[in-house]
Amino acid sequence: MTALIDIKGVRHAYATAAGPLPVLDGLEVSVEEGGFCAVVGPSGCGKSTLTRLVAGLMHPDEGEVWLHGERVRGPRSTVGMAFQNPVLLEWRSILKNVMLPLEIVPNGLKGNAAKERARHLLSLVGLEDFEDKRPSELSGGMRQRASLCRALVHQPEVLILDEPFGALDAFTREDLWQTMHNLKEKEPFTGVLITHDLREAIFLGDQVVVLSGRPARTQYVMNIARSVPADLEELYTAEAAERLNILRHQIEIAQGRAPQEAAQ
Amino acid sequence: MTGRFRNVTVPLIAMAVFLVLWEALVWANGWPNYKMASPSDLWPAYVRYWELFLLMGWQTLWRTVVGLLLAVIVGTAFGMIMGFSRTMRDALYPLLVGFNAIPKATVVPIVALMFVGAHDFNTVLIAFLISFFPIAVSVSIGLSTLEPEYRDILRSLGASQTTIFWKIALPKTLPEFFGALKVAVTLAFIGTNLMEIVSPHGRGLGALFDSGKTNSDYPLMFAVLIALALLGIVLYYIVVGLEKIFAGWAERAPA
Repeated sequence: MTALIDIKGVRHAYATAAGPLPVLDGLEVSVEEGGFCAVVGPSGCGKSTLTRLVAGLMHPDEGEVWLHGERVRGPRSTVGMAFQNPVLLEWRSILKNVMLPLEIVPNGLKGNAAKERARHLLSLVGLEDFEDKRPSELSGGMRQRASLCRALVHQPEVLILDEPFGALDAFTREDLWQTMHNLKEKEPFTGVLITHDLREAIFLGDQVVVLSGRPARTQYVMNIARSVPADLEELYTAEAAERLNILRHQIEIAQGRAPQEAAQ
Repeated sequence: MTGRFRNVTVPLIAMAVFLVLWEALVWANGWPNYKMASPSDLWPAYVRYWELFLLMGWQTLWRTVVGLLLAVIVGTAFGMIMGFSRTMRDALYPLLVGFNAIPKATVVPIVALMFVGAHDFNTVLIAFLISFFPIAVSVSIGLSTLEPEYRDILRSLGASQTTIFWKIALPKTLPEFFGALKVAVTLAFIGTNLMEIVSPHGRGLGALFDSGKTNSDYPLMFAVLIALALLGIVLYYIVVGLEKIFAGWAERAPA
């Protein structure tokens, strides 16, 4: 099977007053159709730049980003995004917020079909009774659920999640991990998840990519065979502990705190 | 207390208390009405000149509203230019601040000389000049402080700048816009009246005030001030009503 997301040899530097600041240097990421790639790495290593590249919001100085066999040259409606800040529009009800992408993408569902689609997604995340509420009337976790629905409403091929659960408390976060698995089962998509949480990475990803410190390159890739359905108990097995240990060690290398060793 | 009682009765009671205190102040000090007219002196003035009040009040009102509309259009345009372009913001801000710092009372005679006789035009112009600044600033701040994620949500779907403006930037700026409009309403009245008072053979409530002055009709002067206050209140609450309709979402329910 060919990769749905293919990032090849990407280099990028931001222009700053003090000269170019390289953020990505030799980034290689490949995600198969239906795969879920969790990206971890030290703070400020260029993880968010990666999401903007895949979304076509910016172009790399060097290297190529491919989606579904096509080179990414600009934004495309087959991508859905969710951020740490749910950025819901306060002047719209939850239902209307979820429907927003359908008003933008070409051939988006209209009228009742759009409403039905949005309601269906809200019911998948347990928000069916909150469609008429304003975002400020919901808790942080609920807002993030609504934000996920909005990211998926136009049935994107690729879902890009930039630390979507970072601001939530531990219990809500675990709740949302389960929600992600449910969504993935019922709404197939290929995912890229940026996260700081290694447990989150191994619970959600079938591939965990560790980026090196700035400028980031792909330092380590871990493949994880997913059992379906996913269960939080998985995180408390010896296997999970072993994986976390490896990843922690890789992050230490990325941060420059451990002596460089032969990765992989 | 029910909502309606609170919204209507409380302000009315406050106004009645204000009038009673005013009357008492004048009465207790034994001031003659050329020193300070009391509310009971105003009534005869309104009865005697009610036609003039209606006519001149209307003139003041429409010129203020036209000036305000111009301020909304031009202020929003300036705000959009400065909100979307950093270069334009850097270029225009000092100019606008400098212009706004000039007391408008000094601009009135200049404008009056520049367009001699064009009384309506001059009045609308001053109302506009004095009130567009807060609108321009608030719109530009509203637009330039839009979090990048809001743009990215739509941009990543291939939305155009125009779509982003209509779907996100504009509605998100509305609360700031209405805040500025409330300030601008009262400013526009000041502008209109400055011109009406200064310009010879003027029209509007400002001219009526001026004729009260020339004829030593002090109760008339006070009556004009109260009429102006009433017009100001009416226009202000029209803006509040519009705000409820278009930006009511920004108001949190009382806890």
